[in-house]
Amino acid sequence: MAQTSRRRFIAQGASLTGLLAWGTPQAAPTSAAADARFVFIIQRGAADGLHTLVPYGDPAYARLRGELAVPVEQATRLDSLFALHPALTQVATMYTQGEALLVHAVASPYRERSHFDGQNVLETGGSQPYQMRDGWLNRLLGLLPQRPRAIALAPTVPVALRGDSKVLSYAPSNLRAPPDDLLLRVQQLYRSDAQLDALWTTALQTRGMASSEVTKQDPASLGTLAASFLARDDGPRIAMLETEGWDTHSGQAGRMASQLKGLDALLGALRTGLGDTWARTTVLVATEFGRSAAANGTGGTDHGTGAVALLLGGRVQGGRVLADWPGLDTPALLDGRDLRPTLGLDALIARAAAESFGLDPERLGRQLFARGAVAQPLREPLLRG
Amino acid sequence: MTADTSIALNRFGLGARPDEAPPPQPRQWVLEQLGPAPTPAPASQEDSAALVQALAQQAEQLRQTPDPGEKMLLREAQRKAARQRYDAAVQARLLQALTTPTPVVERLVHFWANHFALSVEKPEVLALAGAFEAEAIRPHVLGRFEDMLLAVETHPAMLFYLDQAGSTGPGSPLARGAKRPRGLNENLAREILELHTLGVRTGYGQRDVTELARALTGQTVQGMGPGNPNRDLAGPGGGAWRAALHEPGPREVLGRSYADHGPQQSAAILRDLASSPDTARHLCTRLARHLVADTPQPALVDRMATAWMRSRGDLPTVYQALLTAPEAWEPGAPKFKTPWEWTTSSLRGLGLHAPGKLQAPNLLTQLGQPVWRPGSPAGYDDLAPRWAAPEALVRRVELAPRLAAQAQAGTDARQIAPLLLPGSLSDATAQAIARAESPTTALALLLVSPDFLRR
Repeated sequence: MAQTSRRRFIAQGASLTGLLAWGTPQAAPTSAAADARFVFIIQRGAADGLHTLVPYGDPAYARLRGELAVPVEQATRLDSLFALHPALTQVATMYTQGEALLVHAVASPYRERSHFDGQNVLETGGSQPYQMRDGWLNRLLGLLPQRPRAIALAPTVPVALRGDSKVLSYAPSNLRAPPDDLLLRVQQLYRSDAQLDALWTTALQTRGMASSEVTKQDPASLGTLAASFLARDDGPRIAMLETEGWDTHSGQAGRMASQLKGLDALLGALRTGLGDTWARTTVLVATEFGRSAAANGTGGTDHGTGAVALLLGGRVQGGRVLADWPGLDTPALLDGRDLRPTLGLDALIARAAAESFGLDPERLGRQLFARGAVAQPLREPLLRG
Repeated sequence: MTADTSIALNRFGLGARPDEAPPPQPRQWVLEQLGPAPTPAPASQEDSAALVQALAQQAEQLRQTPDPGEKMLLREAQRKAARQRYDAAVQARLLQALTTPTPVVERLVHFWANHFALSVEKPEVLALAGAFEAEAIRPHVLGRFEDMLLAVETHPAMLFYLDQAGSTGPGSPLARGAKRPRGLNENLAREILELHTLGVRTGYGQRDVTELARALTGQTVQGMGPGNPNRDLAGPGGGAWRAALHEPGPREVLGRSYADHGPQQSAAILRDLASSPDTARHLCTRLARHLVADTPQPALVDRMATAWMRSRGDLPTVYQALLTAPEAWEPGAPKFKTPWEWTTSSLRGLGLHAPGKLQAPNLLTQLGQPVWRPGSPAGYDDLAPRWAAPEALVRRVELAPRLAAQAQAGTDARQIAPLLLPGSLSDATAQAIARAESPTTALALLLVSPDFLRR
């Protein structure tokens, strides 16, 4: 029932306003870059890289983690140093098929340990928290000649997508649609209010594109929903998704297994839902910082620094781990406690986004980020042409 | 009626009610509510001492159920019981927001509960969230910040939420005798410095976090957590001091040394944190952001911080500095209502005295702000971009007719609109209401009108 009325709402939104008249067929894509899709999945709460891409071959790992160490016989062994957490089965498949590039000991320029400041740096691209007001993903949007649209799969727009370029947002709702008469009157009423008029217009546009089949909010449904937007020829080319619950100060073994299972289901559903479009897609998964190298006293880990990022998609030159491994010996640890970062997350983002859309990575790095990407650019190609 | 009336009722209160006469002297009306004591919590709220006892029994029951299948069923039943307690507490919170004689104080309760935010993902926190607000927040909103801080950081709900209950000093008697490694958890210590008191980037370092975490060890929950609870020193509300978990020795936080007097050690640190100028500035900024504007005027924050330092964190003195400031009474509606503010003001505006058929927990989840579940200890954002978003706006428009349908038959939007927005109702909204095709549509339009979405 709810779905029937939802469709009615969409149709009504379109006929009332003509807002969906943007569906003018676009010129056929000339290259992968012209028709590329880019997805940013943020892991809020500081996901533990050492529990995701496990450095089982580092002799200090077992000592630091004790009971929390992931048993290597259960994990997917990638080489003599790294193994993938057993919950990441679809990521492991992507790795085998050369579509997953796993990046270790990576971090933003932020070196303190506050979630909220760390997420602000990750999302704004500043070198200090609150140094920049808008997000790097929004700035990227403004730099692309194709002028694509972007969407946040969330009820509100996350910081990385906030800024001058208008973006869409959508989250599945199982509420009954309001009467058409009310929608029409609301629209008229908001015409005299610049802020609300813009929000309302954007909301109606987005609802017109959403798959009406998806009303659930589990990870796989979120992946399917995101794919339903991105697979459209007239839909957004950039999307941002949020995952939460990575702050595992206690009970980490069970919680990480379930968190990673959810992430894996999301990524798998995204790939399935995108179909042929997956070949033109690049997905970046990243977190604000990593967690302490040693287990804490309550079966978890505390806030740390170096973390893991994932690059997935049909264009990714995958099937490998990208890491300048600093080691886990006490003298190698940052402040004697954290995995030392050896790769800049902003350099990784700049390179991935630039290659994805056919731009110059170093130039884009300077345009998107306050400092870091320029300081240490990444020269290694990440995607196929 | 002047713009002051609308500001008093809507910006500082929880929203005008059509069945209450507007205050003849709005500024006076606001200040008078800062009287000696806040209205008590709903009588239906179970206290946390009893809840903690029940939780400890449940944990014991689980331990004595070896069969994994039975264990799962038991855990499910326990989670359901916690969920029922949470639902009842949220429903009672909404009821109190509709009927309170002191809406300004009620707003402050909501503000402080969000400052010392819990998030109810863990079953223990789910069961205790209502008791936390009733016991650690509400009694102190018209008192001293220091007292609220101490009540919060020793309350079982906070100890569970930020993993303090199991944190063990590496040199404590328990850790030294233990077979499996036990140790510190610095989650609570970090959030105390970063979120609860000084604020981020105020000069504390990792060392201060670790030292505070060491001082806090021993602070746990009666009958729960590691170690033998038989010699617990019972604290209020089910909190406990368990000496076997405590890291012995003096601690140094922010350059000051604190001798080891058991639970008094962390209490002394918390008192010093409460009286720091950084804490004053952090909290005054947050208060001004909540009550005046997303970006509060620096001069206003300065005056409040001075009042804070002079009165040693006496909260009514700080509120008064804000509420007597000209900046606070500037006309216009600079704040975009959060879903909670919009829901409470809508139901008050419709003249309701009880939520009726509306399920407050579901309602707030649908609107994007589940009560006591911000997902992080930073609480919900107090900034417009967080709430003024396309999808969030559609949710309000979807729900407005359902809320309007709860109003008593005969409720006329044309009559109540000028009462709810005295001196600030726009012509556009008045016209839209007058032209609506039905009374319910008219009420729904009023609730989602630009004037009513802001305060």
